[in-house]
Amino acid sequence: MTGVRVLVGTRKGAFVLTSDGARERWDVDGPHFPGWEIYHVAGSPAEPDRLYASQSSGWFGQLIQRSDDGGKTWEPMGNQFTYDGEPGTHQWYDGTPHPWEFARVWHLEPSPGDPDTVYAGVEDAALFRSTDGAQTWQELPGLRTHGSGPSWQPGAGGMCLHTILLDLSDPARMYAAISAAGAFRSDDAGTTWRPINRGLQSEGIPDPDAEVGHCVHRIAMHPSRPEVLFMQKHWDVMRSDDAGESWHEISGNLPTDFGFPIAVHAHEPDTVYVVPITSDSHHFVMDGKLRVYRSRTGGNEWEALTSGLPQQDCYVNVLRDAMAVDSLDSCGLYVGTTGGQVYASPDAGDSWAPIVRDLPAVLSVEVQTLS
Amino acid sequence: MIRVVLPAHLRALAHVNGEVRLDVDGPATQRAVLDVLEARYPMLVGTMRDQSTKQRRPFVRFYACQEDLSHEPPDDPLPDAVAKGTEPYLVIGAMAGG
Repeated sequence: MTGVRVLVGTRKGAFVLTSDGARERWDVDGPHFPGWEIYHVAGSPAEPDRLYASQSSGWFGQLIQRSDDGGKTWEPMGNQFTYDGEPGTHQWYDGTPHPWEFARVWHLEPSPGDPDTVYAGVEDAALFRSTDGAQTWQELPGLRTHGSGPSWQPGAGGMCLHTILLDLSDPARMYAAISAAGAFRSDDAGTTWRPINRGLQSEGIPDPDAEVGHCVHRIAMHPSRPEVLFMQKHWDVMRSDDAGESWHEISGNLPTDFGFPIAVHAHEPDTVYVVPITSDSHHFVMDGKLRVYRSRTGGNEWEALTSGLPQQDCYVNVLRDAMAVDSLDSCGLYVGTTGGQVYASPDAGDSWAPIVRDLPAVLSVEVQTLS
Repeated sequence: MIRVVLPAHLRALAHVNGEVRLDVDGPATQRAVLDVLEARYPMLVGTMRDQSTKQRRPFVRFYACQEDLSHEPPDDPLPDAVAKGTEPYLVIGAMAGG
């Protein structure tokens, strides 16, 4: 029997939501790590019962938890994230140099082939990797020490490395995105990196088409077509058809192109989802309506998906890691809100129903398709 | 024997209920107590002090005998009452937020 396991990170703990292939009835397990911020929970594609969770607290710092039984039990793993060599400085909010300081792990990206290998995107922006199941972590310093590093500045949420994409067709190629430095690509398995921001226009920075400095919120890729990337930027929804060498805008008829998450349908590489919000100063959905927007044309032409989603008096946001798709025959789509709701659509966004309504603010949603 | 009281989050993390009782060889100092505590409960490493510098985390405080010891040198002797186990050594999550 097939089913899904939805991994939800919230401001006050983690939750594991499970259902069969119909995705109508759900079991809710949690909170795990109650009271802690869970920025991300992710499962290993190679061994689905292997889960990794980023657990943190302003008081007690960063922990990494691992489960080997699908989230029933957890063990704390290594939590030492030490920058390689002399960390150096980046720009602070006031323009002065500021030492690189580890704050937390925003995103965990398990290897597609090895359950013991997992990447971590951290604040202050850097990429770490563990090859021993998260017992120890080593930085891949080529990204942070890229020549532009001293000019990177944090976004309002901190200088976080929030997106890690692994190209399944080319193990040497990977992508990372940083707020507010931009998008980067490695063609040698993370040893060296270069910015891939040509075509981005950001009015909020002094040079709108600068090589770095863009506030990229999220990048998504379909594994069958890895040279095509979709990006939700601070403002603008963007697309690249050449592995990030250049970008063009695909915001089209969206009512606003500010937002955080972006995702691609599991079986249709040109079907893309975003959740627009009002503006950079109003981090909630427009007009009191939670609307997921879908393009079936790879961008520019968007339709609002509203059936089953609140269409009045709704003022939530969907954060960058809080939208995910499953890979069942009828692709499922999941969004978690800052209001604590997790909505599921078993039919690619046509209709929605809440799985849970009253969790703490949702920081991340991942889904595993189980067989 | 030294008694240590952990905040609720760290008790849950370490799977302990109530006070932790530690035998500390040599002089009873804050550093010695925290070293023994972290050795017995390795999941606490990094939650009270930085793993490399051993500096106290900003929102963690150390109290004993109605005194805030957070800014005392880590190698200074603890009060006799703590060293003898009469009074506990308190690890506190500072009041912060709103």
